[in-house]
Amino acid sequence: MKQLSPKKQDARRSLWQVFWHQFFKHRMAVVGAVTMVVIVILVVGAPLFTRYTPFKQDLRNRFDPPSSQHWMGTDDLGRDLWTRVLYGGRISLSVGLLSMAVAVVIGTVIGLVSGYFGGWVDAVFSRLTEIFLSVPRLFVLLVLTTFLRQAKIPGIQPGSFWPIALVIGALAWMSVARLVRGTTLAMREREFVQAARMIGATDGRILFRHILPNVSSPIIVAATLGLAGAIITESGLSYLGFGVQLPTPTWGNMLSNTQSQMLTAPWTAIFPGMMIFIVVIAINYLGDGLRDALDPHHVEK
Amino acid sequence: MADYLLRRFVQALFTLFVISIIIFALISSVPGGIMAAYEENPDMTQADRERIEAKYGLNKSVPERYLIWLGNLAKGDWGNSFVSKRPAIQEIADRLPNTLILMGVAFVVTLLIAIPLGVYSALRQYSFFDHVMTTIALAGQSLPVFWFGLLLIILFSVLLKQPNGAPLLPSSGMYTPGVERTFADLVRHLVLPVTMLALVSAAGYMRYMRSSMLEVIHQDYVRTARGKGLPEKTVIFRHALRNALIPIATLIGLDLPSLFGGALFTETIFAWPGIGRLYFDAALKTDYPVIMAVLMIFAALIILSMLLVDVVYTFLDPRISLS
Repeated sequence: MKQLSPKKQDARRSLWQVFWHQFFKHRMAVVGAVTMVVIVILVVGAPLFTRYTPFKQDLRNRFDPPSSQHWMGTDDLGRDLWTRVLYGGRISLSVGLLSMAVAVVIGTVIGLVSGYFGGWVDAVFSRLTEIFLSVPRLFVLLVLTTFLRQAKIPGIQPGSFWPIALVIGALAWMSVARLVRGTTLAMREREFVQAARMIGATDGRILFRHILPNVSSPIIVAATLGLAGAIITESGLSYLGFGVQLPTPTWGNMLSNTQSQMLTAPWTAIFPGMMIFIVVIAINYLGDGLRDALDPHHVEK
Repeated sequence: MADYLLRRFVQALFTLFVISIIIFALISSVPGGIMAAYEENPDMTQADRERIEAKYGLNKSVPERYLIWLGNLAKGDWGNSFVSKRPAIQEIADRLPNTLILMGVAFVVTLLIAIPLGVYSALRQYSFFDHVMTTIALAGQSLPVFWFGLLLIILFSVLLKQPNGAPLLPSSGMYTPGVERTFADLVRHLVLPVTMLALVSAAGYMRYMRSSMLEVIHQDYVRTARGKGLPEKTVIFRHALRNALIPIATLIGLDLPSLFGGALFTETIFAWPGIGRLYFDAALKTDYPVIMAVLMIFAALIILSMLLVDVVYTFLDPRISLS
């Protein structure tokens, strides 16, 4: 049998192998991925990693500095900060994931439909995207969350993080939509789409079976960056007092009263923010790595 | 050109109109507001409530209220703040200079940091300096801006002190209260909020500047300039940098929403008496007219800047035409 040249062997590797190979070349992306896995384990298994509960007050031990008893110290009500950071992470990460999912779904559907059908459909959706882009996002979110906090929505408990996550996502889909629309426009005229159309495939089938898989790479990268953005948005809103409400801890609202405690207990302001920072930087590196690994230009090199 | 501008202008007006309807509907559905302050009062009768609602026009339906609002706006009347009872537009005008000072200084500092570092990083691609700068830039982009503000306060207002025991830098307001307002005092108050805003946004601009510069220095016309034997300085600054700045100009225009968002955090944390702080207070008290006015003005500015970017782009880059 003829010996294959190394280059040929390379071409025989599956797409997944190429992906992992490229991804592992980006060292910081791997560090980011590992960091995220560790944090998710800590947050999901929170009760395993702490002796305290997030709401247990201990007024004799208010503002204890970090020690072997309280790794991150205690807050103004003597609650263990490490415990609250772990449980707060559950909410912060859930809100981030949920908002990102909302933004990606809305953005992908709008992008696909307007890129594929063009014409007046595209005109309407493009105008809609423009309208959403013209709104000062954070400012509108302050009003929206005030509304949601006081409105009674059937099936959703007051103080739930769901409504906040949904509105953050509902105001963040525009970049995904633009990205998907652009890629879909390019895909629409490609031969494999024409071939599918010729054998009588329906528009829905062409969109979801033929075009969607081909725009998935940019969507994955955008989703990662969107996740980082959503986590920052939630923490900012909660910091200002307009997000998830106390006593439910999130990394953002744990920071909200710390400005007045800075003289006595600076650690209350340091640790929750540090978690946001670590998670966001890990996700950003992860996104960088995914971009490199999913971009065919890099594989060719 | 004139045709294009007119069309875009009409589109912009339409967008603004739709936004005003959405925002108005949204705000009107927020419970509380002016009536919340009276709800607690046990002496309040139904008649009182109706009288107050009538006074503020809250007894009418939302579409009616919108039309009234729109009609007043056409006459230049943005309504009065429920809290201060002063015209909403006056409240904004009073604070606008403060916000402009803060954002203006922060913006200039951002560009002064980002452009040289980005260019230098690109020229020394893959060098140690480049690696350090891109790492710092990514970290800066991941920094929650409000947390960074808190850290700055801990460092410069709590831990570090002047010889007389006062904080090294003030952490709130524009001027020291009770003392005559001086320029030096203003500058001292600007240091922390400007640092907070500028370092975080410089991180983003630096990355864009670097990649934009990298793209340009591999272009044929840069090689041609080098081939002509022009000095390296001329090649970089006259040929490469000027072209690399074009995408940055666009970015500046499209970045306005995040600039406003930055103002919201900075002014809240540092008690800076600007529009961000005004809006934060208005949102807390559901002060509809002020909320409405700030949102509409910001939306108009964003739309205007997007339009401006498109137009300016054609002047900067003649390869693009407006048809």
